Amino acid sequence: MSALLEDLATVRVLWVRDLLRFLRQPSRIVGALGQPIIFWLVLGSGMASTFRMQGAEQLGYMEYFYPGVIVMVVLFASIFATVSVIEDKSAGFLQTVLVAPGSRAALVLGKSLGAATVALLQAAVFLLLAPWAGFRLGALDWPLLALALIATSLGLTAFGFALAWWLDNIQAYHAIQMTLLVPLWVLSGAMFPASDRHPLFAAIMRANPLTYATAAIRHALYGGVAPIAAPPAGTSLLILLGFCLLCLAVASVLCYRKRT
Amino acid sequence: MPLLRADGVSHRFGPREVLRGLSFEVGRGEIFGFLGPNGAGKTTAFQVLCGLTAPTGGRLELGGQPVRPGDRRLRTRMGVVFQSLSLDLKLTARENLLLGAALYRIGRPDARARARELLELTELTDRADEPVQRFSGGMRRRLEIARALIHRPEILVMDEPTAGLDEVAFQRTWTRLIELRERTQLTILLTTHRPEEAERCDRLAVLQGGRIVACESPDALRRRVSGDVIVIDADDADALARALGAKLGLAARVEAPARLTLEHERGHELIPRIVEAFAPGRIRSLGLRRPSLGDAFVKLTGHLLAEDEA
Repeated sequence: MSALLEDLATVRVLWVRDLLRFLRQPSRIVGALGQPIIFWLVLGSGMASTFRMQGAEQLGYMEYFYPGVIVMVVLFASIFATVSVIEDKSAGFLQTVLVAPGSRAALVLGKSLGAATVALLQAAVFLLLAPWAGFRLGALDWPLLALALIATSLGLTAFGFALAWWLDNIQAYHAIQMTLLVPLWVLSGAMFPASDRHPLFAAIMRANPLTYATAAIRHALYGGVAPIAAPPAGTSLLILLGFCLLCLAVASVLCYRKRT
Repeated sequence: MPLLRADGVSHRFGPREVLRGLSFEVGRGEIFGFLGPNGAGKTTAFQVLCGLTAPTGGRLELGGQPVRPGDRRLRTRMGVVFQSLSLDLKLTARENLLLGAALYRIGRPDARARARELLELTELTDRADEPVQRFSGGMRRRLEIARALIHRPEILVMDEPTAGLDEVAFQRTWTRLIELRERTQLTILLTTHRPEEAERCDRLAVLQGGRIVACESPDALRRRVSGDVIVIDADDADALARALGAKLGLAARVEAPARLTLEHERGHELIPRIVEAFAPGRIRSLGLRRPSLGDAFVKLTGHLLAEDEA
């Protein structure tokens, strides 16, 4: 019993700490949101004249692209919130947590939850722009949106934690995140839909957890069902949940096995 | 019964044996130091004690009960001071202490009172609500120690706790730690390579190549060096050492290119003979001192404790 309470205390401490840190550095929110907003505006208006969605010709690119940019906000926030683990565990606060009574699994969960909360806050701020993309805030499927965002951000932060713990090297961490996750984001249906004309891309898109993040968020923005072909919301949520649990489990195993 | 007992604790990184069967006992309220130069295995011993590294062999006992290194029971009763930073620089000193307390499930009112008390003890009350990143190195170390004590641990484990502190801060830190020990029977384990810090310990385990080569009080260690230590500065210490052997049959140890030391029962009687035996100018200066822990370390291991303390 006391072990469980100690673990909960550890999770809470790490969560509170990440929130406090985030609130202390308002510039972080500008940095984390600036890039996706610019991306959305520049790419969105640049592609607007050439993009035609088969079967949904009335759909503008700014609108199509918007759910993908939400995923990008969460992705970038997760990457930036977990890179600090590398330094934190050998010369930072995580050392304190490692010698305290809580378990390593609690450490992983606490840090991932903290980082995910920060990512969610940034996504929430970006959602304020939804009306400009053509979505009515009152017509959104909020529970679906919340679940999809929570599972995506927790999965991505746990993934970042695992990578950071395993690599021990900031350059390598960024290199892997940028060469693995950014292309996966591009191939998630964020920028263009899956097409049967490119079977390899289509296969990658099916195996890509971010595809389901984009799909679930897209459905939520349309109040439950998007007007274009995308994996169904329920299936997407289940896959995201699986991804999230898998990343948390892998991060915990790494954290138990390897100290520095 | 000792509070903590280690029996044959060993650790290897691949083929490299870093700890070769450490066995020692630490009593309640004792200050126990691991003394050795860098690479002797001190930090690995520290990491095993606080559960960060799983040893590849050996066992630990806490209060007579076998305990797995890194076990929750051990972690709950231990406070740890790292050599590197373990604070959150963006948060204030008080927030660091309160989060530290929360990790040990200390209730809010108690944690607040305890944080106030420790801020007072470490003379950080005025700066309690400033982010730690504005603190000097010495203030950060003090806060690290305060954080390690927040849950009133029975055992305080410290890795080179005063590294980087100036003389005044060093003295104050130790005065406070010893006071605390007197008041609360706190048991302190630490690693150090500073002879002046080793002096503060009740007992020292001298580490060399991952082994304990001696485990006794600083006085007992010093007694291993007979009599006095004569320190000679000369332009060519090697040549002078050879000449001392040839002319006077003395075995001198070269500690640096321009410095050698001699151990002798009655140093003051030997000094005139040395001075007379050599032409003026051969010896730059010559001094006599009581043996230090550094000398004892050299005698035991044949190595200097630290290059900068030669």
